[in-house]
Amino acid sequence: MKINVRDTEDGLVIQLSGELDHHAAKNALKEIADATEELVPTICTLDMSEVTFMDSSGIAVVLGLYRKMSEVGGKVIVKNAPPGAMKVFNTAGLERIVTFE
Amino acid sequence: MSKDKRCPVNEMKLEFPGRSINEGFARAAIAGFAAQLDPTLDEINDIKTAVSEAVTNSIVHAYPDKIGRVMLRGRIFEDGVLEITVKDWGIGIEDVRKARAPMFTTGNEERSGMGFTIMESFMDKLYVRSKVGKGTTVRMLKRIAPRNTAR
Ligand SMILES: Nc1ncnc2c1ncn2[C@@H]1O[C@H](COP(=O)(O)OP(=O)(O)O)[C@@H](O)[C@H]1O
Ligand SMILES: [Mg+2]
Repeated sequence: MKINVRDTEDGLVIQLSGELDHHAAKNALKEIADATEELVPTICTLDMSEVTFMDSSGIAVVLGLYRKMSEVGGKVIVKNAPPGAMKVFNTAGLERIVTFE
Repeated sequence: MSKDKRCPVNEMKLEFPGRSINEGFARAAIAGFAAQLDPTLDEINDIKTAVSEAVTNSIVHAYPDKIGRVMLRGRIFEDGVLEITVKDWGIGIEDVRKARAPMFTTGNEERSGMGFTIMESFMDKLYVRSKVGKGTTVRMLKRIAPRNTAR
C-alpha cells in the first residue's frame, strides 16, 4: 500500500493506493496520525480511487482518521471508494458518521 | 458444525506461517482456486474479503505473541458450492457467540470488531468452532451460480 499526503487549498488529501488490509493498516494509521497532528486540517479527504482491495482493516483506518479529526473539530470525506470497499463500509454503517463522495 | 460428507470435485490445501504478508497471499490463492467456478468480480471480491478476515484473525488473535501455523483449505462441490476452511492452533475463543457479535473486539485500535460480521454477510454460511488453548476453525460456504456461457 502506498500513502501520499498532500496539503491542498481544499484541506488535507490522503491518497491510498493498493491493498488496504491488516498488513497495511498499521502504517496507514501512523501516517494519518502524523499528517493530521502536523497540519491540523479542518477538512481531510481520504482518496480511495486507487485502492484495489479493502477488508475490515479499512474501517479501523477511517475510524482512526475520524477520531483524529474530531479532536480538532474537523471533517472527514472519503472519496471514490471502489464498490468492494463501499460494501465493507456499509456493513459497518460508516455512512452515518463519515461523508462519502 | 455441519459436515459436508459429499465428495468434492476439487480441493486445495495450503499451510503457511502467520505473518501478515501472507494475508495477501491467502487472498490471491483463494481467488485463483475459485476462478474455475467462473465467479463474477463481485463474488470474487466477497470471497477474498471473507478469507482476508479469517486469515487475519488467525494471525492477529490466535497467536498474540508468536508466529503460528495457519491452514487454508478450499473445496468445490458439484452444485457450485465453494467451501473455505481457515484453521489455526492458537489460543482459541472463549465465547464464540460473543465474538461473532458486530463491533466486539479484543484487539487494539487497528481492529474494528467487524470481521465475523463481514464473513457472515459476504458468504452464505459461516460456522465457527473453537476451543480455548486448542485453536479455531472457521468454515464458510458460498454458492457460485453458473452463468450464461455466451459471454
Ligand atoms: N482465530 C481466532 N483466535 C482467537 N480469537 C479470535 C479468532 N478469531 C476471532 N477471535 C476473537 O473474536 C473477536 C472478533 O473478531 P472479528 O469480528 O474478526 O473482529 P476483530 O478482528 O476486528 O477484533 C476478536 O477480537 C478475537 O477476540
Ligand atoms: Mg478480525
